[in-house]
Amino acid sequence: MILELNQQSAISNQQSRIIMSAKKNWPLWEVFVRSKNGLEHRHFGSLHAADAEMALENARDVYTRRNEGVSIWVVESKHITASNPEHNGELFEPAQDKVYRHPTFYDLPDDVKHM
Amino acid sequence: MSEEQIKNLEAEFEARIARDEKIEPKDWMPEKYRKTHIRQISQHAHSEIVGMLPEGNWITRAPSLRRKVALLAKVQDEAGHGLYLYSACETLGISRDELYDQLHSGKAKYSSIFNYPTVTWADMGAIGWLVDGAAIINQVPLCNTSFGPYARAMVRVCKEESFHQRQGYEIMLKLCEGTPEQKELAQDALNRWWWPSLMMFGPTDAESTHTEQSMKWKLKRKTNDELRQQFIDQTVPQADILGLTIPDPDLKWNEDRKSYDFGEINWDEFWQVVKGHGPMNKERMKARVGAWERGEWVRDAAMAHAEKQQDKKDKQAV
Repeated sequence: MILELNQQSAISNQQSRIIMSAKKNWPLWEVFVRSKNGLEHRHFGSLHAADAEMALENARDVYTRRNEGVSIWVVESKHITASNPEHNGELFEPAQDKVYRHPTFYDLPDDVKHM
Repeated sequence: MSEEQIKNLEAEFEARIARDEKIEPKDWMPEKYRKTHIRQISQHAHSEIVGMLPEGNWITRAPSLRRKVALLAKVQDEAGHGLYLYSACETLGISRDELYDQLHSGKAKYSSIFNYPTVTWADMGAIGWLVDGAAIINQVPLCNTSFGPYARAMVRVCKEESFHQRQGYEIMLKLCEGTPEQKELAQDALNRWWWPSLMMFGPTDAESTHTEQSMKWKLKRKTNDELRQQFIDQTVPQADILGLTIPDPDLKWNEDRKSYDFGEINWDEFWQVVKGHGPMNKERMKARVGAWERGEWVRDAAMAHAEKQQDKKDKQAV
């Protein structure tokens, strides 16, 4: 895309979107950081980078400027498959009536210790 | 979807927010909620990015190494804050390029405070003390806002912001303890930044168009006027410690209200700057767009390199 910005702003939004999509932009990456050993990696946010190595370096600068982490994972966002909240009913509701999966479901006399 | 169905969804949505539930990106949301959030979060991100310019101006001229590392770190934080916020905004289905395009074409707004010039070193002190002070008051309530990615970004931003204000106040303090000329610099900076800082809270409640809706969605917890009053009440004693005079002859403690009364804000000036006629609007956009355009070949080269590396890997795998 070799377009001067002033030209670009003169054309419609939709057109400029088409032009922009013709050019390959830095993809989006999701960043996971382990804040200290013993803890799991947690999702911290996302960022754009040309490749995995740059994503790691950028993640270090964007998300760990104050010793927030000891380990970073990055994964390109497009590789994440997410559940759809509209299907939350069929996905998660079946667990709600399975109280027998919890220890409090079982009636035991108070005298029974260590259980 | 029928109008009736949408009405029901909207009612359920509002009820979720009223119960303090968070809204996450893939949840159903009213179009107006999405648009309002894209507008506010992107304006916020743009403000962080443009906000680097007035201070970046002084990095090479900081008076000591201590001041230089602090200012560098502060400006780097602002870049970081802009990036947290852009990625929060992108979860609403708008691309980074569209967001940049809106900023660069002048379609999107950013905080007007950055359209004022930074002419002396004391301005670095006044900005940290007043501008970051006002920003903190605006931002703290957003840590509890209804949209999850925005709230999470704000928690991180607020944690980092307090060093910004303290480093600014320390600059002011040192100038005020210095020679009469240095103290004069500090007073001059306060004179120039005081009123624009008060304007950072936006128009008066009577003039503010978005307040009611924003309160409902917890994009706002207090009104513009309440936040402005809070800022004045906490800043006046800080000026007293510096031995500086707030440039408002009508500023007076009101014993009944337990608050400061203050003079009339020049709203004409506010609207002029919002509309693009502030002292530095053109300069800021020129610097921002210039940096983006001069960086284009670097971004393209990085992408080309990444693709080549990938090709190489793919071939080795065969």
